Amino acid sequence: MLAAARAGESALLVAPTGGGKTLAGFLPSLIDLAGRPTKGLHTLYISPLKALAVDIHRNLETPIAEMELPIAAETRTGDTKASKRARQRRRPPQMLMTTPESLALLISYPEAPAMFGGLQAVIVDELHAIAGSKRGDLLALGLARLTKLAPHARRVGLSATVADPAQLADWLGSGMAGAVAKIIGSGGAKPEIGILMPEARMPWAGHMALHALPEVYNAIRNARTTIVFVNTRAQAELVFGELWRMNADDLPIALHHGSLAPEQRRKVEAAMAAGRLRAVVATSSLDLGLDWGEVDLVIQVGAPKGATRLTQRIGRSNHRLDKPSRALLVPANRFEVLECRAALDAIEAQELDGEPPRIGGLDVLAQHVLCVACSLPSAADALFAEVRSAAPYRDLPRTDFDDVLAFVATGGYALGAYDRFKRLRQDTDGRWTIASKQAAHQYRMNVGTIVEAPMLPVQFKRGRRLGMVEEYFVQFLEPGDSFQFAGQILRFEGLRDGAVEVTRSSAAEPKVPAYEGGRLPLTTELAARVRAMIGDDRAWRALGGEVREWLSIQRKRSVLPRRDGLLVETFPRGRNFFLVAYCFEGRNAHQTLGMLLTRRMERAGFRPMGFVASDYVIAVWSLRPPRGIDALFDQDMLGDDLEAWMAESSMLKRTFRNVAVIAGLIERRHPGKEKSGRQVNFNADLIYDVLRKHEPDHILLRATRQDAAGGLTDIKRLADMLARVKGRIVHRALDRVSPLAVPVLLEIGKESVYGQGIDALLDEAAEALIAEATSEDTAAQGTLL
Amino acid sequence: MGASLTINGALVRADPSGALFWPSASLLAIADLHLEKGSSFARSGQFLPPYDTSDTLDRLAAALRRFQPRRVLCLGDSFHDGAAAARLPPVEADRLRRMTAAHDWLWVAGNHDPAPPAAFGGRVAAELREGPLCFRHEPADGALGPGEVCGHFHPKAGVSARGHRITARCFVTDGSRLIMPAFGAYAGGLDVLDPAIAGLFGRANFRVLLATRERLHLFSRAQLGRPLPRLAPAG
Repeated sequence: MLAAARAGESALLVAPTGGGKTLAGFLPSLIDLAGRPTKGLHTLYISPLKALAVDIHRNLETPIAEMELPIAAETRTGDTKASKRARQRRRPPQMLMTTPESLALLISYPEAPAMFGGLQAVIVDELHAIAGSKRGDLLALGLARLTKLAPHARRVGLSATVADPAQLADWLGSGMAGAVAKIIGSGGAKPEIGILMPEARMPWAGHMALHALPEVYNAIRNARTTIVFVNTRAQAELVFGELWRMNADDLPIALHHGSLAPEQRRKVEAAMAAGRLRAVVATSSLDLGLDWGEVDLVIQVGAPKGATRLTQRIGRSNHRLDKPSRALLVPANRFEVLECRAALDAIEAQELDGEPPRIGGLDVLAQHVLCVACSLPSAADALFAEVRSAAPYRDLPRTDFDDVLAFVATGGYALGAYDRFKRLRQDTDGRWTIASKQAAHQYRMNVGTIVEAPMLPVQFKRGRRLGMVEEYFVQFLEPGDSFQFAGQILRFEGLRDGAVEVTRSSAAEPKVPAYEGGRLPLTTELAARVRAMIGDDRAWRALGGEVREWLSIQRKRSVLPRRDGLLVETFPRGRNFFLVAYCFEGRNAHQTLGMLLTRRMERAGFRPMGFVASDYVIAVWSLRPPRGIDALFDQDMLGDDLEAWMAESSMLKRTFRNVAVIAGLIERRHPGKEKSGRQVNFNADLIYDVLRKHEPDHILLRATRQDAAGGLTDIKRLADMLARVKGRIVHRALDRVSPLAVPVLLEIGKESVYGQGIDALLDEAAEALIAEATSEDTAAQGTLL
Repeated sequence: MGASLTINGALVRADPSGALFWPSASLLAIADLHLEKGSSFARSGQFLPPYDTSDTLDRLAAALRRFQPRRVLCLGDSFHDGAAAARLPPVEADRLRRMTAAHDWLWVAGNHDPAPPAAFGGRVAAELREGPLCFRHEPADGALGPGEVCGHFHPKAGVSARGHRITARCFVTDGSRLIMPAFGAYAGGLDVLDPAIAGLFGRANFRVLLATRERLHLFSRAQLGRPLPRLAPAG
């Protein structure tokens, strides 16, 4: 690390948490500044979490004070006071800890060249969590700008263990003169991971793992400090509630997820850091960040979904390299037993799952172009070259860049309708610059790439704010309904001034808010392992008696899905005929497959009635028995049907909304600052429909399609699967449901489909659903019409 | 496929496009066109696609072809702001003039356009009273009298089935009064359960006609806001 710094080289340090990574990143700067004190900003530290930036700042203050170094270190986040921010721009400290969004803001000011001119080092923490996302695109463009302002500043990346460090190093060093030194830390002691096989029967379906919570509670009791990781916020609320119900010892157990009020989260983090908690139930909101030396056990409730993610979560325990991390996996159903075992094997074999490099979003680029224009006049050619020096935009075509620039300047519409309402103007040298103070202000109010679903604050009458729930959930509430949130049971009193007003309640069966996103699909690597495991009965021993028996009966009654090829079962049940395909390609891919299959079955006259997708299988039911299974799964389903569906899908509409917000077409909603007006200003769906009809090739629609195609890696998975199984489909026509099909059938109707699942239904079944819902109302119709 | 209904004794036809046709008066009513809403936002730096006027007039032209009315009534907020008329692209302005010339055209004033521009033909009025109906932009004194037909609120409604929610523009009525959906391409919506709308109606006879692309669907108050029972697939 020091050698690389002395040589002025950039470096990527990959090591598990607890390896002292962060300090290693700062060490060269500390030495440099101690030996040759300089004025002005010397080292910039960027972290994906505000809390982490604050914590690192605290941790650095100690050595700086103890060694009496003449170094000023400060944080700069959205929480920093305006007066301090202004001062930081004029007289920056030597070390500044910030976030990608705050960096974007900093470089948007005319003072940026002076502020960053003397910069020596940029440290990017938790790089693995940023690169490969839109936030990563924003940061890559910010880094490119920094290199323009301070060509000699080296970059330092800090990352947890990843599948492909070379790819990350390439991202980090893009546009830099020299190579990036890769420093791969030793793995430390191997983690000790167990799978919890509870006393109670292993459930056939469900994701909450409530059956295993007594054992989870015991594990918490026997450990010093435990993080209980779950996959969704709804799961967090339920697991937390259940643990407290059985908490006879009054153990201090806390809750942490992304919808809780920030103050609440900070309190939990502080209690955790001080060692005052025995356990915290958390979502990915705790995947990153603070080193908690006290944590000696990590429990993953529900399927891990990917080996890399699990490794990183397990790494949150026991931050000492000489001692192994301890972890416990808690499968919630039988398929999850397979998945947990597969993840464990993958970690044992040190096979992590990687993702292909990301192509930079055009919406993020639009935001950045506006950012640069706010700071300094820029020539299009120079800016294009600068943008291409960022890894995600390496292959950006000039035409895309020009279209983005035109969009930022005047909307970029074919007719040039808005030429008189410029956001950018060209100076006498042809350089682009911001046209008005108002436009710069708008940029700064809308910076960032994270677009939340519309949320509403939850608060007590005349009182404390507990956090935010999605507006969508609130639509289902009537005054008097109770729901579980922030670890409490609350009674919905009504909406007042855009806030959800609640009182405490003790209702027995509260609802639990569901949230969009957060549910990761099973990775390709784990899916392959699960398939292989099912096909190999020697591997079953590790799965426990119930699962072993389940698979044996499946073999007798039907056949086991093979490692290659595709098993498709059909059987009658009630008035319907079911088709179950064991694809193991993850929920999102199966949702798409369900859409396409039902379209095709409709055309074939099988009269499909619905489908349900899990991470492992897809089940479709129809009024007539499906025939010609090989033809149903033909690869050509990804042609016209897919295009037709994509164009209409509300998934694209939602993608468009995000793109439009990031690109600056639509202003962000600032919760609490909205007028409590009666009408929303406009609806992104309406704009999407109009734009698609009148200018289908507009840059924002191209950005939307690119985004959807990238987000839909599941379509690629689907294509790969259809190619792989061609000519190798095993069809079993059964007289009744098979053991392996039971779990997915249990999901029908129980599964509250959300996010992409809802699109599937809305897009094609809206009319049918409404017709069903209306049929009960024929009597009322008679009286009114 | 629209729906026939009686409002205060008058037989009218609600259309999925959001238009209302009154056959015996040969009158087509549309509410809240909000022409040039897009360019209104562009003035403040939000470059919404400049095609909303064109899109709105396309759909209006289609409704005129379908119903062949002698009279047309625009129920207020036809122009998004006072300068909208000046921003109307010449080709759309021409199209609008041809439409008004071909019909007996009435602009009812709205809060966005208290004085609708004279430049496009047609007459201007505060309201139209005829037979059992009274067309106004918004209810007078916050109460909706018998036979009143209003726009202004941009009603939308959501229904849920199998855990899913579908939201769309709608007509709201109790058989005596009617609130029309907004016709403009960029006109957002207000949920009918908001007190601003629901408060105008009694709970009992409150009905919405939800517009999807080709149909209108009838729902009672009880069916809105609460998830409907899930349907079991296996018998």
